[in-house]
Amino acid sequence: MFGKLSFAAIPHDPIQAGGAASIVLGVLATLAAITYFKKWTWLWKEWITTVDHKKIGVMYIIVALIMLLRGFTDAGMMRLQLAISAGNNHGFLTPDHYNQIFTAHGVIMIFFMAMPLMFGLFNLIVPLQIGARDVAFPFLNSLSFWLFVVGAGLVNMSLVIGEFAATGWLAYPPLSELNYSPGVGMDYYIWAIQITGIGSLLTGINFFATIMKMRAPGMNLMKMPIFTWTALCSNILVMMAFPVLTATLGMLFMDRFFGFHFFTSDLGGNAMMYVNLIWVWGHPEVYILVLPAFGVFSEVAATFAQKRLFGYNSMVWATAAITLLSALVWAHHFFTMGAGGNVNAVFGIATMIISIPTGVKIFNWLFTLFRGRIIFGTPVFWLIGFLLTFTLGGMTGVMLSVPAADFQFHNSMFLIAHFHNTIIGGVVFGYFAGFAYWFPKVMGFKLYEPLGRIAFFHWIIGFFVTFIPLYVVGLMGMTRRISHYEIASGWQPWLQVSMFGVMIIGGGVGFQLLQIAYSVWKRKELADTTGDPWNGRTLEWSTSSPAPFYNFAVIPQVTTRDAFWEQKQQRRAGVREAIVFQDIHMPKNTPLGFMIAMAAGLIGFALVWHIIWLALLGFMAAMTFIIVRSFDEDTEYYVPAAEVARIEAKFAEGT
Amino acid sequence: MTNLSIHPQEHGNHEVDEKTSFGFWIYIMTDCLLFATIFAVYAVLRPSTFGGPGPKELFSLPYVFIETLLLLTSSFTFGLAMLAQNKGNRTQLLLWMGITFLLGLGFIGFEIHEFVNLVREGNGPGRSAFLSGFFGLVGTHGLHVTCGLIWMMLLMVQISKRGITPLIARKLNSLSLFWHFLDIIWVFVFTFVYLLGAI
Amino acid sequence: MRNKIIIFLSISFAALVLNACNVAVFDTKGLIAAKQANLIVTSVLLMLIVVIPVIVLTFFFAYRYRASNTKAKYTPEWEHSTILEIVWWTIPIIIIAILAVITWKSSHELDPYRPLESSIKPIEIEVVALEWKWLFIYPEQGIASVNLAQFPVNVPISFKITAQAPMNSFWIPRLAGQIYAMEGMQTKLHVIANVPGSYEGVSANFSGEGFNGMKFIARASTAAEFSSWVDSIKHSTDILTQERYNTLAKPSSDDSVHTFSSVREGLFMDIMMQYMEPACEHQAVPCNMPRQCCKRHTQD
Repeated sequence: MFGKLSFAAIPHDPIQAGGAASIVLGVLATLAAITYFKKWTWLWKEWITTVDHKKIGVMYIIVALIMLLRGFTDAGMMRLQLAISAGNNHGFLTPDHYNQIFTAHGVIMIFFMAMPLMFGLFNLIVPLQIGARDVAFPFLNSLSFWLFVVGAGLVNMSLVIGEFAATGWLAYPPLSELNYSPGVGMDYYIWAIQITGIGSLLTGINFFATIMKMRAPGMNLMKMPIFTWTALCSNILVMMAFPVLTATLGMLFMDRFFGFHFFTSDLGGNAMMYVNLIWVWGHPEVYILVLPAFGVFSEVAATFAQKRLFGYNSMVWATAAITLLSALVWAHHFFTMGAGGNVNAVFGIATMIISIPTGVKIFNWLFTLFRGRIIFGTPVFWLIGFLLTFTLGGMTGVMLSVPAADFQFHNSMFLIAHFHNTIIGGVVFGYFAGFAYWFPKVMGFKLYEPLGRIAFFHWIIGFFVTFIPLYVVGLMGMTRRISHYEIASGWQPWLQVSMFGVMIIGGGVGFQLLQIAYSVWKRKELADTTGDPWNGRTLEWSTSSPAPFYNFAVIPQVTTRDAFWEQKQQRRAGVREAIVFQDIHMPKNTPLGFMIAMAAGLIGFALVWHIIWLALLGFMAAMTFIIVRSFDEDTEYYVPAAEVARIEAKFAEGT
Repeated sequence: MTNLSIHPQEHGNHEVDEKTSFGFWIYIMTDCLLFATIFAVYAVLRPSTFGGPGPKELFSLPYVFIETLLLLTSSFTFGLAMLAQNKGNRTQLLLWMGITFLLGLGFIGFEIHEFVNLVREGNGPGRSAFLSGFFGLVGTHGLHVTCGLIWMMLLMVQISKRGITPLIARKLNSLSLFWHFLDIIWVFVFTFVYLLGAI
Repeated sequence: MRNKIIIFLSISFAALVLNACNVAVFDTKGLIAAKQANLIVTSVLLMLIVVIPVIVLTFFFAYRYRASNTKAKYTPEWEHSTILEIVWWTIPIIIIAILAVITWKSSHELDPYRPLESSIKPIEIEVVALEWKWLFIYPEQGIASVNLAQFPVNVPISFKITAQAPMNSFWIPRLAGQIYAMEGMQTKLHVIANVPGSYEGVSANFSGEGFNGMKFIARASTAAEFSSWVDSIKHSTDILTQERYNTLAKPSSDDSVHTFSSVREGLFMDIMMQYMEPACEHQAVPCNMPRQCCKRHTQD
């Protein structure tokens, strides 16, 4: 009746039970608070059913920050375990639990923290930067977001009922096949990622169409803001890579559920094929994440140095080159699988070639700062931190790209240190910079600067204290994914230092949360009344903060790059645009994105536990909702010109 | 400008059409990549029969030929349906869509029959990696065709209730793209799986 | 306070240097590992050509062009310089070109499948990664051992590697880089030890719950010591029959070193082939043999 589900699925181990309890309590407390403050109607009308990209962006970021806490807790537990688990001491985590933790850590940080932070920024900023009123497909946007939430939900549910995969974040077969992973953990993994992956693919299509088709008149591609360029390239990679992920995990599902033999060892299956396919997705994925971070830094450098971005054309070509090359290097993740000298050398050389356009970008950022007048807002600290950290990470990357050398680095802690170096230095710092930079535009008030700076210094110092020791123990022969080692190895002092580093980073996270809370409390003093708190250069700064729901009362006419800067120069010169308000065409809110996603979640959960009738029920529900949506012709409405005029007048008053 | 009696759908219709058309084309390209992945897996796994039957032993070219004719003809009849749509002829549109639907249903019927037979003989997907690849590739295509059939049916219902509105015309264009795309994929399947397999 | 910082940094640096002998990747005891260490140092030095200027410029520009420094030149519209572009495209291209040539050569020279150039006949050792221990089979000597591989110094060793376990990676950092150990596949690693000693071997690819115990000792000894080791094993009692192997292959972790005085012939080949071909029908217990060997087996 309930497939494999039974009460035994609830965790007994005290730490796991504690984690489960905290999730359950957190959810219950949230539900209770919403009820107490009588916010259900507001929540439903304004947020759950919204198709407004700005609200969807806010929701992406809130969920990403919550998942950051869970992923970071995983990291803290790992570092603590490794600091103490030497010799006779086996730490506080069983190997199986530790294995689930590092798997969950990777899955959460990539899929449920970094991707949503990125999609959140795309949603919040890209339509505003290109002078559009929404994304190309607002309903799909809502659906994508809720699919992502369902994926995150499944990952969290695995902690409460059942277990998670214990295979590493990419779940190589044969370990991830039924004979070595008979439990439900791998199935939670498959469905959490499949469901969120479909959301990601739809978002990729959505933003590609938005950027290609909805730019303001006069904004040709080479006049787009650089962040939009990186968003475009990132979304191209999303569309290229995610179908491969969907197909590959789909095949793994067929192996596990229907007894197929795509990647099993026996009956002729080929596990090496999985490794290839998953990295055909996996390598572009990290460029999907880092390119928009590069875009953020370009915007930040130009704005805060009060100077044009150096080498815009080079930046665009370099980004395009990186995009293309990133699809051609996947085998560098498994040089040690035995492909031979020729194949390894070709992929190694292709990999190191990527460092050339990346280096060009770094010099372009440096020379944007050169002869500028740099205002040291928090985003600039993240930029400086990035330049120092990411360069080191890139260097270790090129070291890894030499196959014969990689044979000594692969899967050691050196590798761990390298990719955290580039992901934290590049992606995390970049999105934190973007968060601080665009926060006033979204919320209407700035973040309190001093706390931002303190947080930054905790992060950068903490980063080095955590990860430099990991480079060292990697060279000392320590591999990844172990939870216990011998004292004679000499690794323990380094791992203890590393744990101390994680605590410093934890302080940084704490200060970031404090900064948000404090800024909310002091929002009146920190208010952004002009919409342009940084003397920005691009169109998003031409709206109020927050922007009105229709973004632009009048779609701007663009003539140059840095369109808003040009507008401000024109205004200073006394040129005034003639404003004629018209009715604005907007999409209606709808609950169907949310409902289809919930049905998908039901299907996923049912398939995890082999509850066939429930899966069919979920499928029927999803089909019904899709059909209902398809028959709905009344999906848009008009905002009268008078209403637009009234909102714009209020904004003009305040500035 | 402030004439609110204009149905929202008709205002700025051309831009919406263009966006939808563009978006659907890109979706088709990602679906293409999905199939490319499964094709690649099939190519790698084709020799791995684990001592069991291979393509030569299993595939009947005449059978697949009929299947192919059904699907290819259905593409042709869908083309006729689109011509009817352009002329605004609702009855003809529904007629040709109905025929397309039946042909597509026939294709699926043949495919299910082939699969059921294989499983009955003990040559199901669990028999070997080669058969997993076969069922995976041909099955994924079949699933796509089935979704197309359901979509076709829904659109036929909408057309009979509302006629050929601009919104419905837009949906028909997308379905048309989808149907022809699946036809092209089938040509690749037919060639690389069945034809090359039987030689 | 400043003195305390200096003392702290000095002690840390000293600890780092003193510990260097424990840094396996640079504490090389074999030719392959030594070449790999050289490669690493070369690549670092090449990249420092770019990395050091970037770090220096970052600090320098951030400090000099801060808004409060009104003495510094301010050129808000300047966004292009052909000379600079030439410099920072050309120099990295040259560095990468050099590294590319080094990469091409070393990828072939240090290819794990490439036999070592030596007049001495290599010793063959077959390796099977199991859950969660390493089985070493010496086909020429007819012995086997668990979690210990001994061999003479200055003799090339040819490892042939397979698995009956999730993907592992066979790695002896002080002697050579690693290669994956996979079910149904055979990989190869050519190694030579130039200094006698006991070296840690480990699996570098996560393979499940008992992964912590996936370690072994690689002992390089003199030729005489190697012969006596082989002899002493031949006089021990345990024999690696198919049945004994089946028991051994069951999941277990942190196994102590164990040796076998004889090994069932063709065991390694069969372990590998069991995934490629179905078992012979006439055997009561799956014989895990390839078709062509089946006839030979029936003659037992």
